[in-house]
This record gives sequence, structure tokens and C-alpha cells, in this order.
Amino acid sequence: MRHRKYPFIVGFLIIPVVLYVVLVIWPYLQTFGYSLTDWSGVSQTMHFVGLQNYTKLFGDSVFLAALEHNMLLLIVLPIATILLALFFAFMLNVGGRGGTGGVQGVRGAAFYKVVFFFPQVLSVAILSVLFQAVYRTDDGGLLNGVLVKLGLEDANHPLQWLSDPNLTLWCIVGVLIWSGVGFYLVLFSAAMQNIPKDIYEAALLDGAKRTQTFLKITLPLLWETVQTAWVYLAIAAMDAFALVSTMTPGAYYGGGPNNHSEVMATYLMRNFITFGKAGYACAMGVVIFFITMILSVVSLRLTRRERIEF
Amino acid sequence: MTTKTDETGTKVPAQRGGAPGAGRGAKEARFADGGGVLNAFSHGFLALWALMIIAPLVWIVISSFKTNAQIGGSAWSWPAHWSFEAFAHAWDRGIANYFLNTLIVLVGSVTLTMLLGAMAAYVLARYEFPGNRIIYYFFVAGAMFPVYLALVPLFFMVKNLGDISPLLGLNSYLGLILVYVAYSLPFTVFFLYSFFRSLPTAVHEAAMIDGCSHTRAFFQVMVPMAKSGLISVGIFNVLGQWNQYLLPVTLMQQQHGGDPDRSMLTQGLLNLAQQTGYASDFPALFAGMTIAMLPVLVVYLSFQRQVQAGLTSATLK
Repeated sequence: MRHRKYPFIVGFLIIPVVLYVVLVIWPYLQTFGYSLTDWSGVSQTMHFVGLQNYTKLFGDSVFLAALEHNMLLLIVLPIATILLALFFAFMLNVGGRGGTGGVQGVRGAAFYKVVFFFPQVLSVAILSVLFQAVYRTDDGGLLNGVLVKLGLEDANHPLQWLSDPNLTLWCIVGVLIWSGVGFYLVLFSAAMQNIPKDIYEAALLDGAKRTQTFLKITLPLLWETVQTAWVYLAIAAMDAFALVSTMTPGAYYGGGPNNHSEVMATYLMRNFITFGKAGYACAMGVVIFFITMILSVVSLRLTRRERIEF
Repeated sequence: MTTKTDETGTKVPAQRGGAPGAGRGAKEARFADGGGVLNAFSHGFLALWALMIIAPLVWIVISSFKTNAQIGGSAWSWPAHWSFEAFAHAWDRGIANYFLNTLIVLVGSVTLTMLLGAMAAYVLARYEFPGNRIIYYFFVAGAMFPVYLALVPLFFMVKNLGDISPLLGLNSYLGLILVYVAYSLPFTVFFLYSFFRSLPTAVHEAAMIDGCSHTRAFFQVMVPMAKSGLISVGIFNVLGQWNQYLLPVTLMQQQHGGDPDRSMLTQGLLNLAQQTGYASDFPALFAGMTIAMLPVLVVYLSFQRQVQAGLTSATLK
């Protein structure tokens, strides 16, 4: 058997490994190198400039604003999404009133799950076009239309949503939460299904109230899943490219009025494709990479707890 | 829901025999704390969120039957006449073409991703050889990096591949397929690796003793055994690649005037949205969105349990 093992191993691994090295690993490594040059991307010439791109980057007000926006997303997005998803998951799995032994979801739980998860399968382009229509600045927009109908805003001065410097980033946050909650709801539901029912029954018999049940039983047993969700959402918060670049006003890759919704990814693309500053864009890529790495490590460290076996 | 098993497959404990009515009232009263107010609030909130999801989508579908003037006028207008004109418009303006492009790329990339990913994961999980760990960690590390880190050199790498063969390169199906595959490999390998490790070895050994070759053992014994895992990752990859925006925008642009437009549906729809601003053909845009949404909706509703299970099990690994 042994003598035929190695040809088989090599035969199976060669294509995936070569493809992966050429298209993923090698570009990753090249980025670090290019970020130390003044390469434009078009010309063949480049000069080594050391860390100059990085020093420029941290004096670049647009980049700093973009970094700040990403950090804001990083705080708001995971907290809001996880809280909402946890609340829904609890309601749909164990929040119902016990007619038959006490532990079940509310009425119509299956229907809610299907509906809430749906935005997850819509492609980002559909989300973008959909919300451009929702956020339209006249009363042809759904949101303004609803608000005018409810008498919450003046029809002659509709809110400017994506064109309003103070609202534009929050509009993006809204879309991210709207589309993300369903996925995390299903994720938490799957984890809740794994919690033995008798634990809930015991709590019920001991007279635990619904809130107590959630805080003392559900949350501690779901902790690892919440951690995973946190890391995923943190990575998503560092991105937001597709929505910002297509929904917010801006000549190339969006960015909103006066860069008010700029994120690092949109600024990177603009520098690379529009301004022809490939070296500078690479330096941004490296910064995004380091922030993402640090985030993943830190959030996993901070939220470490005892593992609970059940 | 008073059934013993609700649709989500959770087992609701059946009632024990004896007097069913006896202790129930008390127990129910105890658990329904916070009483009506909390309940009403929670139910109301669930219903509100459902409405927030359904309403915009229904509104878009209805809007594709309106006229341009109506769309610009008020969000509450109702279509004056129900005609499918806008749908024909959208179809002619490239939606059909973008659909076809996306289909070609996805069929190729998902198939290749699954095949190559399963092969690599299987060898790494089941065979001892020098360098095994290193290769595995290389794959896993790739899942942690943001694509932006590689974007600039990747663009030029694909461009250079185009110089080698006209089939590859920028704005080519095969070029984009290979990039999709390469970037889907880390997760696919990572997931299937643990899956192959968890499968029993006895069947495989029996096949080998019967004189089965390594390759045949993989395709005829291991792949059928790993079916559920493959389906999960498959769904994950289909959705992920269907959703890709950054890679096609960077790599699938028409390089010069005479190039065929090979935009993915995501790009095409957004291009349509941009042109709409000038051409003011909003009904066609909304019709295009409806066309793009429908297949996904149908597939999702038919397979929603597999989709949800696949995505969550893939994430929880």
C-alpha cells in the first residue's frame, strides 16, 4: 500500500495548492512589499520609499476619518446585531408560554425564522438598490413616505438620508443590521437547540422567571457562539465596501458628502483604481489586515470564559 | 402551536399521563411572568421586524408595475395598469446577459471549489506525510486575511495570466472562476478537514483491503459518506460567491471598447441602477431587481432548512 501513497498525495494536492499559492498567498506577500514603494500600478518603475506610505497614511485626514468610521461600525454593529438576534432567538425557541411542558417558542416561530433569514440570501447588489429606493430623498422613498404618512416629518422638507452628512453612515449601519440579524438569529437558534430541555424544565419548576432563565441559563451556555458571532461581525465591520461604494454619494466608490461615510476599503479602492497610487493602497491593505488580526485576537481573549460542558 | 413537534424540528415534550389539567394552570401562570405587557411587546416587536423585512420587498415588486412618474411622485401610489412591460425592458437591457454570466461562473467555480477543496481536505485529514501540518495551516491562515490585503497584486497577477493565455486574465470567465476557487478554498478545506477526520475509518480500510485504489476509495467510498458535510459547504460557497461584489468589480471590467460585457449580476444590477439615474427608467430597474430576487427566493423557500443548517453548521465549526 505504501509505495503508491505518495503519488496519490501529490496528485490530489498539487492543483489546489498551486492555485492557492499563486492567487492568494503570493499576492498577500507582495502587498507587504509593494506597500514600501511609490508604485503607481500602471508604470513599470517603482522606488523603495521605506515606511513613507505609512507615515503619510496616518497624517491623511480622509484615511483617519475612514478609520474612525470603521471603528464606529465595529462598536455599533456587533452589539446591536447580537442583542437583537439573541432576543429574537430566545423568543422563538424558549420564550413561548408553556402549554405542553413549558419550553417552546412563541407562535409562528418557524415563519419568523424563514422571514428574518431571507435578507441573508439576497445579494449585496439587491440590498444596495433596494435601500437606495427606500432612502430616496423625496417622498417617493419608502422611508420618507412612511414618515410623512405617520406625520413624523414635514412633506416639504423630507429627510435627506444618504445625502445628509450626519445620517449617511447610520443609513449604512441600518442596512447591515437589517440584513445581518436573521443569520445570527438562526445561528443562536441552532446553538439553543443543543441545550438540553430538562435544564429549562428544572428552572421552570424552581420558579425561574423568563428573564432569569435567559440570563442564568441561555446566555452562559451560548457564550461560545456569541464569541464566534462577535468575530464575524467585527470582520464585517472592517469591510462595508459594497454598500458604502454603491449607496452613498461620491464620484468614485462613494464615500458620502465630504467623506462622511468613507470607510477604509472605499478609500483603498479609490487610491488604487482612480488615483493610481498602488503602493499607497497596499499600505492601507496592510493596515486593514493588522487591525483585523488584532481585533480577532483581542476579542477572543477578552471574552474568554470557562467552558461549560453540557 | 399545540403540535408535539413544530416545524423547526424541536421536540416538544409530550404531556405525561395523569391529570393533564391539574398543575397546568399554576405552572402557566408562573411562567407567563411580566404578563400581558411583556408578551404583547415581544410579539409586537417580532411582528414589526417581520414587517420591516417583507414591506420593502413587496414594495419593490409592486413598483415594477408603476410608471416613472408614479415612482417619482409618492411611495404610496398604486400601479394604474398591471403590465409586464418593465420586465421585458429590464430583460433586454442586460439582466438576461448578467444572469447567464453569473450562472457560467458559479457552475464552474462551485464545482471546482468543492472538488479541489474536498481532495485537499481529505489528503490532509487522512494521510501522514511530511509537510502536512504546514500546508493545512497555510490554508487555514488564508481564511483570516481580508481580501483587501491581496487586491492590488491580485489584479496584476490575473492581468499577467491573461498575457499567458487569452482564456484567463481580466474580464474572462475562467480567470474569475479560478480566483473564486482560490479564495473559497481556505474555508472549504478547514471545514471538510474536520469533517473527514470525524468519519469512521473502517469502511475505507475495508475498501483498501479489497484492492481499491486510493483515488477510487476517495470518490466511491469517502465522498458519499461525507455527503452532508459537502452539501453544507456547497450551500455556503454558492451563497458566498453569488454575493461576491468586490472581486468581480475589480477583475470583470471591460478592458477596452470591443470587450464583451461579462458583468456578474451584482455588478450589472448596480450599473443598471447608475444608468437609471440618467435614463429615468425606474420601473425597469425595479423589475430587474424582482427578476434577480425571484430565483433566490424560490430556491431559499424550497431548501430553507438545509440553507439555514448548512450556514450555521459551517459557521459553528
